[in-house]
Amino acid sequence: MALRIPSLRRAARWVPALCVTLAMLALAGCSPDGYPQTTLAPKADFAELLDQVFRRSFQLATIVFFLVEGALVWALFRFRGKPGDAEPEQNHGNTVLEVVWTAIPAVILVFIAVPTVQTIFKTAEVPTDNPLVIEVTGHQWWWEFRYPEYNLVTAGDMHVPTGRTVDLRMTTGDVLHSFWTPQLAGKRDVFPKRDNRLWFKTETPGTYPGQCAEFCGTQHARMAFQVIAQAPADFDAWRVGLAAVSAPADSGAPAPDSLVARGQQLFATKACVGCHAVSAVGAPTMVGPNLAGVGSRSDIASGWLPNTDENLARWLKNPQAVKSGVLMPNLGLTDEEITALIAYLRSLSVVPAPGAVAMTATGN
Amino acid sequence: MHPPTATGLDTRKLAIWTFIGSECLFFATLISNYLVYKGHSLVGPLPHETSQCMLHGQMTTCEPIFEIPLVTLGTAVLLFSSFFVVRALDGARAGNRTQLIRWLAATVVCGLFFVGMQVYEFTHFYHKGLGYTTNLFGSSFYTLTGFHGTHVTIGVIWLATILVLALRGKLPAEKAMNLEIAALYWHFVDVVWIVIFPVVYLMR
Amino acid sequence: MSTIAMGHAGTEAAPAEKKGLWSWITTVDHKRIGILYGVTAFLFFLLGGLEALLIRWQLGAPDKTFLSPEAYNQLFTMHGTTMIFLGVMPLSAMFFNYFIPLQIGARDVAFPRLNAYSYWVFLFGGLVLNASFLFNAAPDMGWFAYANLTSKQFSPGLNVDFWIIGLQILGIASLAAAVNFFVTIINLRAPGMKMMRMPMFVWMSLITQVLLLLAFPIITVALVLLMLDRNFGTHFFVPSGGGDPVLWQHLFWLFGHPEVYILILPAFGVVSEILPVFSRKPLFGYAAMVFSGCFIAFLGFGVWSHHMFATGMGPMADTVFSLGTMLIAIPTGVKIFNWIGTVWGGSIQYKTPMYFALGFVAMFIIGGLSGVMHASPPADLQQTDSYFIVAHFHYVLFGGSIFALTAGAYYWFPKMTGRMLSEGLGKVHFWLMFLGFNLTFAPMHILGLNGMPRRVYTYSAGMGFGFWNAIETAGSLILGFSFLVFIWNILKSLRSGAVAPADPWHGATLEWSIPSPPQEWNFAVEPTVDSRDPLWERRRANGGTLPEPARVSGKGIHLPSPSYWPIVTAFGTALTLVGFLMHVNLAVILAGVAITMIGIFSWAFEPADH
Repeated sequence: MALRIPSLRRAARWVPALCVTLAMLALAGCSPDGYPQTTLAPKADFAELLDQVFRRSFQLATIVFFLVEGALVWALFRFRGKPGDAEPEQNHGNTVLEVVWTAIPAVILVFIAVPTVQTIFKTAEVPTDNPLVIEVTGHQWWWEFRYPEYNLVTAGDMHVPTGRTVDLRMTTGDVLHSFWTPQLAGKRDVFPKRDNRLWFKTETPGTYPGQCAEFCGTQHARMAFQVIAQAPADFDAWRVGLAAVSAPADSGAPAPDSLVARGQQLFATKACVGCHAVSAVGAPTMVGPNLAGVGSRSDIASGWLPNTDENLARWLKNPQAVKSGVLMPNLGLTDEEITALIAYLRSLSVVPAPGAVAMTATGN
Repeated sequence: MHPPTATGLDTRKLAIWTFIGSECLFFATLISNYLVYKGHSLVGPLPHETSQCMLHGQMTTCEPIFEIPLVTLGTAVLLFSSFFVVRALDGARAGNRTQLIRWLAATVVCGLFFVGMQVYEFTHFYHKGLGYTTNLFGSSFYTLTGFHGTHVTIGVIWLATILVLALRGKLPAEKAMNLEIAALYWHFVDVVWIVIFPVVYLMR
Repeated sequence: MSTIAMGHAGTEAAPAEKKGLWSWITTVDHKRIGILYGVTAFLFFLLGGLEALLIRWQLGAPDKTFLSPEAYNQLFTMHGTTMIFLGVMPLSAMFFNYFIPLQIGARDVAFPRLNAYSYWVFLFGGLVLNASFLFNAAPDMGWFAYANLTSKQFSPGLNVDFWIIGLQILGIASLAAAVNFFVTIINLRAPGMKMMRMPMFVWMSLITQVLLLLAFPIITVALVLLMLDRNFGTHFFVPSGGGDPVLWQHLFWLFGHPEVYILILPAFGVVSEILPVFSRKPLFGYAAMVFSGCFIAFLGFGVWSHHMFATGMGPMADTVFSLGTMLIAIPTGVKIFNWIGTVWGGSIQYKTPMYFALGFVAMFIIGGLSGVMHASPPADLQQTDSYFIVAHFHYVLFGGSIFALTAGAYYWFPKMTGRMLSEGLGKVHFWLMFLGFNLTFAPMHILGLNGMPRRVYTYSAGMGFGFWNAIETAGSLILGFSFLVFIWNILKSLRSGAVAPADPWHGATLEWSIPSPPQEWNFAVEPTVDSRDPLWERRRANGGTLPEPARVSGKGIHLPSPSYWPIVTAFGTALTLVGFLMHVNLAVILAGVAITMIGIFSWAFEPADH
């Protein structure tokens, strides 16, 4: 017995130090800074609700972790056998103790179960405060966003206004996907021929990355998107700009013989037009993403390749080399043709027009 | 002949019971699949309803496809066969070879009749426009009853093998367990049909 | 099929020692079959580990192009499938085979030839599954193969077919083995070994067999339906024909969740054997351990939809499945507390098996706690399909199952081979594995909570995932290296290890009462049992020591005859299913059925023992 005490003391000295170090490491590791897609820094009501439940269960789990692992580690030092030790007491169990430690987890679970059930029901109901409906469709491997209220469709970047609930009605054009934008809401899987709902309201303008979270084939890893939350006026400017770029007559046809005109002509003759629409207004779902406003999108190839001329050129040269498995084939374009197409695609940029916004605003 | 087991149960008998327990889940899954899908057909023919279906390349109105009397007969025959195999087993245990062979042969004939009934039914349905992939009702119906029919067929082969042994005088009373195990399987196949018949044919 | 008769008096000569390849092919000895399972499963396990290392290398830094997306998707699918069906399950089967008969005092399993058949079917299944690599068509849709990605339209290649047929073959092996072990445990216990005197490993194995018997038929049907969709044009999971991909998820997880307990319950059993022996006191709360195991298994069939919270099942279903899942934490907690209670007040002998068993308890607590977190649907909506889940199930399946199975390997290796493993190398193995494991999987919690989805072949630098992924990759290399130490330890021990006595650890159970390795007939004289720790009782009665059991001649002991019909029948079974893989090749299928029938008839009419 006396022999054991020094080793116990030694252990007692560094166990708390170890615990503190571990806790600090865990906290440092869990800090959401530097992780744009983190679940730990919610920026919308839905994600906030999820986060509260997570924090409750995480805190309780941490306490249980230290108590149980502590008891285990303590026992491992305290009951270390020595040569020549007598046989320890042959203890077969203790009913009272066993009942107690059956009951304690049950009690702890109640503290997780109650907020869980409350939150399940809270998140199940879509708020009815005039939400903005967006129809989301997953495709291998890009996201399509349709705004029935404005008769607009876009891809890759989902623009939403701040301060207004967004009501997502989600389905898929092919296989299962899962819509996940961690800072705004949790995951929701999408199924063929079924509308799945998710909603959120954010007050913080910003760009929130999101990603497909259900394995959906070769390029599952590259099926990202951005949610761009804007102040209502900016959002309106964007949607009016998107409608404007969809109607070239309003924004002026490109000068004949210009690079843009050459690109437009190539777009029509090089099979692009067979899969991509360039009008966002009332456009049907096509094989490829809608390209209205593509010139000013943040990314191409579904949210992971920055929308630079260089990247666009790479993509047009051979999409399969950039993202193997996508439906877009290598069209065998020459460098000259690529330059012209890029010029044309850049011309399809959403230029926020404040005047136009004011007009529609009064129109509404 | 073997020393007593820990439970006193014959080991092979316990094994067949265990296997039957597992098979219950197999058929439960197939039956669930049928129940989930029988109402999900996009076209006819349907089990109990008049529907639009494709026949000889054109859409026509199809009558409900099930014909209950024939299946009822098949069900009755299968039920009787369970009784017959019990009689055969009694004969085997008592060393009564005539009783054993007579009732076992009757069981095998009943099993064969049931399989024949099913072959006829499937062919008949096919001619009435219900192919294997016509609709989800058809696919799940054929899959469920087809797997049951396969079980009946295996049972018939098993019992027929024992019948041949019995005819050659190789099933003395002390080997009656060989028949008892086959009989347990046969009862199970029967009981599964007792579930399938109302669930598939009678329930609307 | 005939059972093993115990205690037969005969006049035959003593069975000769059997050697050579043929003796292994025709063996029906549960111990040899156990070794076959162990060696085969360990090789598959190493293959799965190699796949994991390739995955980790690819993820070691952002935007790496070490693996193509196609290759990565095949590797992660095969890694999961291999580790579950060809690694952990058959490694457990090794222990079932070798130690269930020894622990219950039986001379073999109830159906020795069926046992051989199970092994051969398992081997063929594993080979078929991995043959897919030769055709560059390894399964590439994830181990739970969600419809409708698996439809012919979206997966036109043979990849999915290899997975379906491989799993179908393996399922047959599992079911045959489950019937066998269930009957063995129920019926072949030595006199006096009542159910509540069985070693905890036998208890947990029994529960595992029940789970296998009830869960595998469900996946069998699901795989049949998927096969029909792909090869015969049905629409069970194809939305265009009215089918519902969600039904696949229900069927898969109705099997898949019990499968989780199939993977972990044997580990519970192994650890419950080791902790008492090396604490020198009995298992704390034996009855609670039994009932919590039963309760976990029972609840395991009612919580499958907690894998589907993100599918939008509605608040009622979410609530029911969430609360059901949380309930499982209670019996699991009881187990953990009882393990700690076993160690508490003991005299802990720090041998290698104990290291791994304690490592299991420590790591399994973490896996259990993260499991409770995503039992809550709101938390799960963020955690599911992220690396947090990957961290969770590796803490359960690696920190849990693999640590426990490794503990079992160190514990029982002397009994199986007659040689001791090196304690020094064993402890090096433990610390490397413990360090490597935590470096690999602990940061996955952080990455998952910070938004890294699972099953991605790469990630962009801007996501911030690079640092912890690099740490994980370094950890995985240490983890891989630890297994090289293990292999070295095994090889060294087999060549020149210390000779193992019958009872090197002062064990409590019957397997330690016979020589190491046991003779073919296990027990020359049928043992009788009158307590839970029969060997401890005997030792106490004998003044603290037991004489080394002598090797006996075995004259007059009835043993089952070797037979090649199990491997023939297994080949026929596998061939039949491979016929479906070969675009439903009728000739191959019929040949397979014919071989199976010939096998079964020859088997049935072959005399079972000499």
